[in-house]
Amino acid sequence: METMDPRTTMKFAVIVFPGSNCDVDCYKAVEDVIGQPVEYVRHTARDLSGYDCILLPGGFSYGDYLRCGAIARFAPVMDALVKAAAEGKYILGICNGFQILLEAGLLPGAMLRNRSLKFRCDFAALRVETTRTAFTGDYRKGEILSIPIAHGEGNYYCDEATLADLRANDQIVFRYAGENPNGSLDRIAGICNRAGNVVGMMPHPERATSRLLGSEDGRRMFTSVLNAWRVKHGTAAASNA
Amino acid sequence: MARLQQATLEPAADRIAEEKIYRQFGVTDDEYDLICRLLGRRPNYTEIGVFSVMWSEHCSYKNSKPILKKFPTTGPRVLVGPGEGAGIVDIGDNQAVCFKIESHNHPSAVEPYQGAATGVGGIIRDIFSMGARPVALLNSLRFGPLSSERVKYLFEQVVAGIAGYGNCVGIPTVGGEVMFDESYEGNPLVNAMCVGLIDHDRIQRGRADGVGNPVFYVGPPTGRDGIHGATFASEELSEASEAKRPSVQVGDPFMEKLVMEACLELIASGIVVGIQDMGAAGLTCSSSEMASKAGNGMELNLDLVPQRETGMTPYEMMLSESQERMLFVVRPEHEEQARAIFEKWGVPCVKVGKVTDDGRLRLIHKGEVAADIPVRALVDECPVYRKPSRVPDYYARNASVDTTRYPEVTDLEGALEKVLASPNVASKEWVYRQYDYMVRTETAVGPGSDAAVVTIRGTRKALAMTTDGNGRYCYLDPEVGGMIAVAEAARNVVCSGGEPLAITDNLNFGSPEKPESFWQLEKAADGIAEACRRLGTPVIGGNVSLYNESAIGAIHPTPVIGMVGLIRDVDHITTQGFKAEGDAVILLGETKAELGGSEFQKVIHGVTEGRPPAIDLDREKALLDALLEAIRAGLVKSAHDVSDGGLAVALAECCITGGETGFAPDGSRLGGIGASIDLSTSLRPDILLFSESQSRVVISADSHRAGEIVEWFRAKGVPAERIGTVGGSKLSVRINGSPAVDADVARLSGIWRGAIPCLMNG
Repeated sequence: METMDPRTTMKFAVIVFPGSNCDVDCYKAVEDVIGQPVEYVRHTARDLSGYDCILLPGGFSYGDYLRCGAIARFAPVMDALVKAAAEGKYILGICNGFQILLEAGLLPGAMLRNRSLKFRCDFAALRVETTRTAFTGDYRKGEILSIPIAHGEGNYYCDEATLADLRANDQIVFRYAGENPNGSLDRIAGICNRAGNVVGMMPHPERATSRLLGSEDGRRMFTSVLNAWRVKHGTAAASNA
Repeated sequence: MARLQQATLEPAADRIAEEKIYRQFGVTDDEYDLICRLLGRRPNYTEIGVFSVMWSEHCSYKNSKPILKKFPTTGPRVLVGPGEGAGIVDIGDNQAVCFKIESHNHPSAVEPYQGAATGVGGIIRDIFSMGARPVALLNSLRFGPLSSERVKYLFEQVVAGIAGYGNCVGIPTVGGEVMFDESYEGNPLVNAMCVGLIDHDRIQRGRADGVGNPVFYVGPPTGRDGIHGATFASEELSEASEAKRPSVQVGDPFMEKLVMEACLELIASGIVVGIQDMGAAGLTCSSSEMASKAGNGMELNLDLVPQRETGMTPYEMMLSESQERMLFVVRPEHEEQARAIFEKWGVPCVKVGKVTDDGRLRLIHKGEVAADIPVRALVDECPVYRKPSRVPDYYARNASVDTTRYPEVTDLEGALEKVLASPNVASKEWVYRQYDYMVRTETAVGPGSDAAVVTIRGTRKALAMTTDGNGRYCYLDPEVGGMIAVAEAARNVVCSGGEPLAITDNLNFGSPEKPESFWQLEKAADGIAEACRRLGTPVIGGNVSLYNESAIGAIHPTPVIGMVGLIRDVDHITTQGFKAEGDAVILLGETKAELGGSEFQKVIHGVTEGRPPAIDLDREKALLDALLEAIRAGLVKSAHDVSDGGLAVALAECCITGGETGFAPDGSRLGGIGASIDLSTSLRPDILLFSESQSRVVISADSHRAGEIVEWFRAKGVPAERIGTVGGSKLSVRINGSPAVDADVARLSGIWRGAIPCLMNG
């Protein structure tokens, strides 16, 4: 069991925008997989200094009216998020959270509607393309994961120069290994910033955390970040849950 | 200015009487006279509008009340039965499950996206207005054949509407059914079900108690959308229905999400006296029902009602079905606390009236009394009709149809392929992949197996849930069809490891004015009632949708059963797919020559005739009890109900959905496993494979224990026979020693998965 020793205790925030609906799932994943303290932080908050890792959950922030994530990027909490990213804090945007990171400019590129023009919910095969990020250290490069997707606008797109940058700087974190479910450029499913502390992905690792849910492949996203944080702070390695 | 205009537009009470304007609202002459007597005067335009919606079939059940009385509605687990927003059933540990199904057929026929979307929105509000947290959505859909462009459009848009709403609110759509048949061509069926979890001490009632208490309006402003939606739902569809498009409401799932979170927080605070959603007949129905349940009156100041458009009249405000609105009552000292909660969620919340002691619904508009009606007259005094009923000619004719007389089909593999490719049998992946069925991360079994399974966090328990109905069986024999609908739902729940708890029903029928349609309704209700009594699953709520008729006539009578079961321990969760090489395949139940209403009869012989399969509820009960016991004892590795398409389809589905899960190193999807089946029979092989005899289940089990398991079932009076072994990559079926089917599972899977995408994209 984890003890709540402040030197080994990592604090998580789950940002709740109006219309977020995977906030509870992210919260449960942190609690169940790594047993670290986690709090919901409303979109109106202006201070994230008390947290070591910030999760932007999936959902339909502000109804996704206008464009996915386009309104959320103006939420009061976003200044603090940009600051946290610059400070090297760990940030993971999942699905709508990824879209918000793109809209906020914390990650490059944009989202188009799925090529099928239909919402798609399914398990997808992901290939781990880099283990250098804070969230993928516990995986093996080239490993195939089974992680659910659920989105209507997950067709990642960027210009050629940006794509070249992403490749050159090892910023492509996940690619779809089998069928490309949304038509994304270069089969991209998730990317990170250059520093590797900010990761955005369309698939939902928090939905792949137990045998009952059909896959446990998402658990290591959470153990990875705990280990990364502990290494950075010189504390003991996390037990792999 | 607006008022003046309206005054000239709205006919006065005398003119309404003289020109019989009330008839436009579906009010009969006799009903109008009764209204005058109850009021002691002639109603004005607002009042006749209010009466007409409250006295519509949709709100009053005036034609179906005598039918609904047949249902068993009580039981040791029932905490809330019919009459509230949704029924509630105890599941132990102070927890309960709250669920209900509701139709949005007529709106979906003219505006499929919004019609379906707002159907989902409405049923979600029914659940959270009881205080329950919605945890799952299901649906039951019927369309005409996919060969028609109009039907493709309806199908595509209905599915998109359900997805668009449920996905955004963040409640997983975990299950459902879709069937296609000519009878639904002009009148699709869209039934939506919501399941919620609640603690016993949080159960709310829609009651306006406490004279003087303030009444609050919550949600977006009222517009002119959906005016007379309830009346629209209570008449037949026709060419003129297109003009009723303005009667279809427009949904805003984002607002629903906020209203839901705010209302659940309000309820959790413990200060709510009464709360109800504004569904059919909007402000009219919610205010009068809440007042009626408490034996009180209510006064509303319509000038305070948030309005989206200028110049709205009392008539328009009272009859609007604008979405995502709620009405609640608190004590005066809690007003500020309530307001603060809605402010936090950014949801409009306005005090619009108060509870009164005079038993009247009084509406004030611009300083004048716009309506003043005894609440009882609206809610309780609507006449109840016992419609004439007559056995249809086709029913008598079908008695002499011999469904074994068709020429024998000898290409059994070809027949299997055809039936697998029928949209009724084919995989519905094209549909459910558009639904987020995993959000909330409690979905242990999603769409595509016998029943969906949703776990309950913090416990070992889970809920199994399903919707079932077969319009063809009900058309051929509504009483037997009604029984089968309940029995099949129960079988699906048990196959998934659950104990059936209770049902909610959606009675989709033709016009009750037609004696043949009314007979179908009566008989189906008899069948449902009998099956519910025998299987111990009371009816805790539901919905009636009559007048499902279009230019081509009435739909097949289609009662849809929504059932929820309790899985005691997540270890009991069982799915339909075969699991491992070498496992024994065991068939429970007995196969008879029963092709009436079957998918095979329709696909191969092009007809729906004869009598549907018979059902013996005692044998069904014995099967269900024994199977559940076997599952709980850990003897069963997979279980699949034998239904549409018969044994051949059930076996194919066990193979297609069986085997390994996940992905291969190249990213390709794993799955599928073969089976070798040996059947001996005195039936004709095509009848054996495609008969839809009831009370049958295909299970698989460890082969070392197969003999013991077969004996165990037989000892409990359940016919059981080992019919084969799981393994390989082919489904091979031999009948009396001769090969009947020898097909690659991958190929069958391709046909089964590809059928609907092919029809939609081709």
